[in-house]
Amino acid sequence: MPWDRNQMAARAAQELQDGWYVNLGIGIPTLVSNYIPEGVEVTLQSENGMLGMGPFPYEGEEDADLINAGKQTITELPQTAYFDSAQSFAMIRGGKIAMAILGAMEVAENGDLANWMIPGKLVKGMGGAMDLVAGVGRVVVVMDHANKHGQSKVLKECTLPLTGKGVVDRIITNLGVLDVVEGGLKIVECAEGVTEDELRAATEATIVD
Amino acid sequence: MKKVYSSAAEALDGLLHDGMFIAAGGFGLCGIPELLLQAIKDAGTKDLTFASNNAGVDDFGIGILLQTRQVKKMISSYVGENAEFMRQYLSGELELEFNPQGTLAERMRAGGAGIPGFFTKTGVGTVIAEGKMEKQFPTGPDGAMEDYIMEEGIFADLAIVKAWKADETGNLVFRKTARNFNAPAATCGKVCVVEVEEIVPTGSLDPDSIHLPGIYVHRIIKGDHEKRIEQRTVRQKKEQA
Repeated sequence: MPWDRNQMAARAAQELQDGWYVNLGIGIPTLVSNYIPEGVEVTLQSENGMLGMGPFPYEGEEDADLINAGKQTITELPQTAYFDSAQSFAMIRGGKIAMAILGAMEVAENGDLANWMIPGKLVKGMGGAMDLVAGVGRVVVVMDHANKHGQSKVLKECTLPLTGKGVVDRIITNLGVLDVVEGGLKIVECAEGVTEDELRAATEATIVD
Repeated sequence: MKKVYSSAAEALDGLLHDGMFIAAGGFGLCGIPELLLQAIKDAGTKDLTFASNNAGVDDFGIGILLQTRQVKKMISSYVGENAEFMRQYLSGELELEFNPQGTLAERMRAGGAGIPGFFTKTGVGTVIAEGKMEKQFPTGPDGAMEDYIMEEGIFADLAIVKAWKADETGNLVFRKTARNFNAPAATCGKVCVVEVEEIVPTGSLDPDSIHLPGIYVHRIIKGDHEKRIEQRTVRQKKEQA
């Protein structure tokens, strides 16, 4: 059985290290905060100007002045700090954020990432994604291995316009975990019940040993 | 010099002209200068270019100026929440320049700081880099050269921002994540007009806790804000077992 969304998030949470400042993207990456390992303290950054992002508020306690980058109401924590957007991206570009966990439409074997536009379709904008992938210490992508037509999203070359060139370090999909290395991708592990052959067969990108 | 004005219309008097360039604060609907946007709508100023992270929703924020066709161009990082925006953009009525969010914030900060251009890694190797000056710097491991692109500072005719509190000299305090683009936007306009929820007597703000000094602020109004929530997300209180 391949991993489901929550299992992918739980696997991604294993990437977190104690003391790290981390930015989580929208979608499955948001779920990662539910699986932070015991004894690991991470501070979540929200790029609209906050470190120390807390959970959703209780009903009736929503505050219009307190939202995350997905525009959802959230809460603060004892260690929370607020700042403006220029400083927020200064810490992102400046390499102070240890890791970003992001969703993707396509990832290529050289670490190219596409997750912001499909030509001919409605383009909403890249938001902070280009800054994050250019600036943070480590980029981990969490996504389904195949698109809804069953085609591999892990490619030799991205077909969609890029969000960043050579920026991805690790890919976590429903089928397993792959690292971007010299010459292609290296299998780190397979999801429970998925064989290495199945993972290779589902992947268009070059897999190196 | 008196900085406090009685209404948004009065605070904008003499500052608006067709074809002008306005930098606006806010992220989504959080911390947007909603009263000043309404006053610009009422003034009917046309062919506006806005540098603003988002374009509001159909009936709130910059969206109200899209409905009246007062906007010629948007410089934004994300415009997904506005159907009228998309309609005008796809029909060619509206120009759109996408900026990565951090690039947009830094362009405002740089403009306000007298820096006409800067180099950033953001967007290297993407469509954002097309037509921009490229330069390498030895910032990689062991001094390896890395690619950068040049982005330009934003110098706007007018900045409109929302803060929580101001004193009568324009010293500002923002609240929580409503600070966002308001601080950099405030600095990059020739004139900055601020709307706040409260104007407090000069001397009552802690000088060590002022987020933006009054030197950047020319006109202030106080008003009632709707402060609409875009995505109301909550969790349930755990029931006692």
